[in-house]
Amino acid sequence: MSLIPQFIPKFVLETRVEVSNKWVILSPIIAIILTLFSGIIIFSLMGKDPLLALYTFFIQPVTTLFGVTELLVKATPLVLIGVGLAIGFKANVWNIGAEGQFTMGAIFGGGAALLCNNIESYLVLPFVLLLGILGGGFWGAIPAFFKTRFNANEILTSLMLSYIAVLFLSYLVHGPWRDPGGFNFPESQLFSDYAMLPVLVENSRLNLGSVFAILVVLLGWILIARSIIGFQLRVVGLAPAAAHYAGFKHSGLVWLSFTISGGLAGLAGIAEVSGPIGQLLPSVSPGYGFTAIIVAFLGRLHPVGVLFASLVMALSYIGGENAQIEIGLPAAVTGLFQGVLLFFLLACDVLVRYRIKSSSFISGKRS
Amino acid sequence: MAPLLKLSGVTKSFPGILANDNVDLNVMPGEIHALLGENGAGKSTLVKIIYGLLKPDSGLLEWQGTPLKLLGPSQARALGIGMVFQHFSLFDALTVCENIAIASDSNLSLKTLHSKIMEVSEDYGLPLDPDRYVHSLSVGEKQRIEIIRCLLQSPKLLILDEPTSVLTPQEAKNLFVTLETLAASGCAILYISHKLEEVKRLCMKATILRNGAVVATCDPRLETARTMAERMIGSKLNNIQRRKSPKSGRSRVRINKLSLKSSDPFGIDLKSISLNVSRGEVVGIAGVAGNGQNELMAALSGEVIQSYPNDTIVFDDICVAGMRVSERRAMGSCFVPEERYGHAAIKEMSLKDNALLTSSKNINLVKKGLLQFDAINDLTEKIIFDFDVRTTGSKMESGSLSGGNLQKFILGREILQEPGILIISQPTWGVDAGAALVLRKSLLELAARGCAVLIISQDLDEIFEICDRIAVLYQGNLSALMDTETASMDQVGLLMGGGNGE
Repeated sequence: MSLIPQFIPKFVLETRVEVSNKWVILSPIIAIILTLFSGIIIFSLMGKDPLLALYTFFIQPVTTLFGVTELLVKATPLVLIGVGLAIGFKANVWNIGAEGQFTMGAIFGGGAALLCNNIESYLVLPFVLLLGILGGGFWGAIPAFFKTRFNANEILTSLMLSYIAVLFLSYLVHGPWRDPGGFNFPESQLFSDYAMLPVLVENSRLNLGSVFAILVVLLGWILIARSIIGFQLRVVGLAPAAAHYAGFKHSGLVWLSFTISGGLAGLAGIAEVSGPIGQLLPSVSPGYGFTAIIVAFLGRLHPVGVLFASLVMALSYIGGENAQIEIGLPAAVTGLFQGVLLFFLLACDVLVRYRIKSSSFISGKRS
Repeated sequence: MAPLLKLSGVTKSFPGILANDNVDLNVMPGEIHALLGENGAGKSTLVKIIYGLLKPDSGLLEWQGTPLKLLGPSQARALGIGMVFQHFSLFDALTVCENIAIASDSNLSLKTLHSKIMEVSEDYGLPLDPDRYVHSLSVGEKQRIEIIRCLLQSPKLLILDEPTSVLTPQEAKNLFVTLETLAASGCAILYISHKLEEVKRLCMKATILRNGAVVATCDPRLETARTMAERMIGSKLNNIQRRKSPKSGRSRVRINKLSLKSSDPFGIDLKSISLNVSRGEVVGIAGVAGNGQNELMAALSGEVIQSYPNDTIVFDDICVAGMRVSERRAMGSCFVPEERYGHAAIKEMSLKDNALLTSSKNINLVKKGLLQFDAINDLTEKIIFDFDVRTTGSKMESGSLSGGNLQKFILGREILQEPGILIISQPTWGVDAGAALVLRKSLLELAARGCAVLIISQDLDEIFEICDRIAVLYQGNLSALMDTETASMDQVGLLMGGGNGE
């Protein structure tokens, strides 16, 4: 006699005993493939040749050396900020204000560059970079102080500080730091060559900042995966009471997360103004600080993942622009692709912790 | 007579484990039927199947002779199956009556419910005021709410999961009277417990599970606790050798007039607690949960730090009351809190990570701030091996271990650090007889090596088995210490209930 067959649907999700490492990596790849398939459907419905559209969007931008360098230039700030944010997010420290820390990095570092504009020394660049990091770290330390001293919600404080930083930069370039010889445009003087990051590939904007990004990925990975600090951050994030019991100092970890992520955002900021931009403008970021939040999660809060996620995000920006120019697709397609990608990623993530089991198979194995 | 409930060949598997293996079970009307077994033997899985919370992979349930296909607990309740869980699901800020109304399947008005509660509580000797707020009730009274909640549906089968683990001996006796009345009126009771003496006293029949399969059915009245325990673990049980209490060792833990306001609005304030534990001594603090145990544990472990230390807590002649957890641990003291998931261990992390949790000061595990994975792995394997943790490997998430197995792992982790002072809350709560024996033995061995062991426990049998001296915590007050040799179970039980122990 068949025993209670009606109970069980054809397929069920079953909790895995261990998190599947294979699926941690496979899930974003499948998500990207599914996104491409959706792209084919969407482009067909819009009356465009889907393969041509996909080619224009995802492949054509990187068929030239210049295209590849542009991709890396766009990805660099995302990597720098994303790794920092991933460190904090592991510990449930929600730094939403990377945009402000990025801007503060640009202000401090840019200020240093303007101050040293007449000094011809190779020490100028390290000084400029250092001030950029300090600026971002200082701006990140403010929410950390409010959080640990008054238990103020860091999401709100860090976000609000972003607007202060952006407006402060705007005030500086409209006022005290405006280039006297700049026809009243709200721009600072151009930085001297000694304050600029050296270009790596001739006739491109690819600079030393991208090398910093690779180093940060490596150091970030060591910190998160192999150091006791990273372990403590993970414990605080998953079980605050257990961290308390084990004697990990919560306030110290909040300070650490905020100063690291702030400092890295500051580095990204100064690398942007001392790299592709070369001066201070009213706006120095197309929203890198906010996009990096998505990047951190797309990259599974893992530095190497953040690296790949940054490349994918940077490609969707460049591809979107290219598709507008080449085949007249609307600019909204970029946002659409990013949204669809995130959607599929979250769906595929179910398979990291669960597996699909068909009901005809009843396992009777012992542990 | 036909059985009320008949299970044949019930099998249920979870990934990596066969929880129930071809289980047969017959429960007759009016029978008090014990379900016995070690942790992870499959008792909880089986009762969850009977209550409709889990669906078996295969096997047949029959209810009063007809095949039963349960779709969920509400269907089980409608049939007359009631269950009292180990952990209560009550709202502190609501009254007894409101709590029962919220979870009720029927649409009775609060007024009718009120009188029904009074009626049931009279009939079965379960005194309970329907208008009291739940936060003001003792644990025993909270349990009565859960029992009355079931009784209001006039159940034919009542399932109780370790009901006496939270009760004083006197409260337990009253519960037995109620259960016997209930059984006499024809209601069957399925009774899960680790306390074999009470099973022997209360139950007419017992089904013993081991590794998910039924290994014996017997009449507990004709067995001894020892024979039943041996069938549960499948081997001979060794007694714990009580040792001579150490005479006048150096005092390692001294608590002087410790008073502490609880940070929890429903918590208990500690009132001028004094105590000392000497080198090589095991001291037990008995008491029903919720009498200040959590507050005391937090004060001792350093999770709550005192602003004005004044020598209230002294470890090895150094005042630690103002020190942080890490500083106290650095002095060679270890702690095990009551809550395992999310406090003593992180369920989403692997056993390796959990081994590292409190051992990160060990220079072999962390060098220059970097984790030494080989050493961590070795430590994890050693804990698993030495303390017989049943697992599929050190990469397994700790959340997938059964409660008792996880407790073995946590205690093992602390004991292997060779602490000079060990303070544990509920060391063997929910742990089966065989494993509890191993854990208690290792605590005694640790004490024999010079460690001062302080145990906060609700389990009087455990306290009397291993402690040299006993004190009782009631409403934040600690009684005077008594020598175990001269103290009686009744005396301690009375103190636990707020009596003066005379």
